[in-house]
Amino acid sequence: MAVRPFDHVVREHGAVVMRVCRALLPPAEAEDAWSETFLAALRAYPQLRPGSNVRGWLVTIAHRKALDQLRARARRAVPTGEVPDVAVTDGELVADDALRAAVTALPDKQRAAVLLHHVAGLPYADVARELGGSVDAARRSAADGIARLRTTYAPSTGGDDG
Amino acid sequence: MVELLGGIAAPDDVTLERLRADLAARAERAGVLDVAYCTHDSPLGALLLAATPEGLVRVAFAREDHDGVLESLARAISPRVLWAPRRLDGVVRQLDEYFAGTRRAFDVPVDLRLASGFRRAVLTHLRTIPFGHTESYAGVARAAGSPRAVRAVGTACATNPVPLVVPCHRVVRSDGSIGQYRGGTEAKRALLALEAS
Repeated sequence: MAVRPFDHVVREHGAVVMRVCRALLPPAEAEDAWSETFLAALRAYPQLRPGSNVRGWLVTIAHRKALDQLRARARRAVPTGEVPDVAVTDGELVADDALRAAVTALPDKQRAAVLLHHVAGLPYADVARELGGSVDAARRSAADGIARLRTTYAPSTGGDDG
Repeated sequence: MVELLGGIAAPDDVTLERLRADLAARAERAGVLDVAYCTHDSPLGALLLAATPEGLVRVAFAREDHDGVLESLARAISPRVLWAPRRLDGVVRQLDEYFAGTRRAFDVPVDLRLASGFRRAVLTHLRTIPFGHTESYAGVARAAGSPRAVRAVGTACATNPVPLVVPCHRVVRSDGSIGQYRGGTEAKRALLALEAS
């Protein structure tokens, strides 16, 4: 049984979980996914096995919750021409829109590896434990994901962040 | 690749604070907030206050390591511990009134699960000692039904999980000297002075 107060978990990992949510969702929806993630984690927390990697566990939940949000949005979506999806004024966040689409479009395992290693900063040994394969396979998934992002995501090279 | 994903902004502290508060409210509604806590400034220093759904379960003084207290609550009660000031609003208000001299008795639900057996019997008796009065350790032992257990009364007071609200500071030595206190003898002296004025 986990004995660390859940509040300490939120304080330590709250920011990282938000970055994971923001990698897939625009800011307001990312907040919903963040809340869903920590509420689900709070429910399950007393049963978490001692020695578990809490950050990896949370990132995996966040990944799933963010995909749930995207699916729910797709179901809600009306087939009109213009969807005013991005209603954010913050320059640096608006700039992430194309990146989010590219990350979302990755194959599941590559997306998980990229989120765990490149966004959440977990070492490949921990990524492998989350993905359930070898360390080499985890490293390969992350590398493949990044290679694909390079081709699918073209960052705007201009300074249009104003 | 760090630069590719570096555009994903980390949330600022204000956002995280707001999300933590939202989480606490949602956890409360979902019935999975086993221990709510907050810290509150008082004339005796920062107090940590913690409550289960049944009531106030722990009051810790500034000299106690607050993170350590939360860890012991996680072990003893449940690891579902969250910063959730709302559940402690009533306690905070009544403590403020007490320290301001406008409140003489606490009317909040108290959860004594951290004390068992004789210690709990002692704490239950302590709640009947009125504001401004004191009893001796021997007197409390008699009242709790074990006149010879004077030392055990001392232990019960020293380990009182909810000091201030369960007024162990009103128990003093038979010779009139002040005795030990979880918040320090200075704090005990200040409380007795507050209640004597």
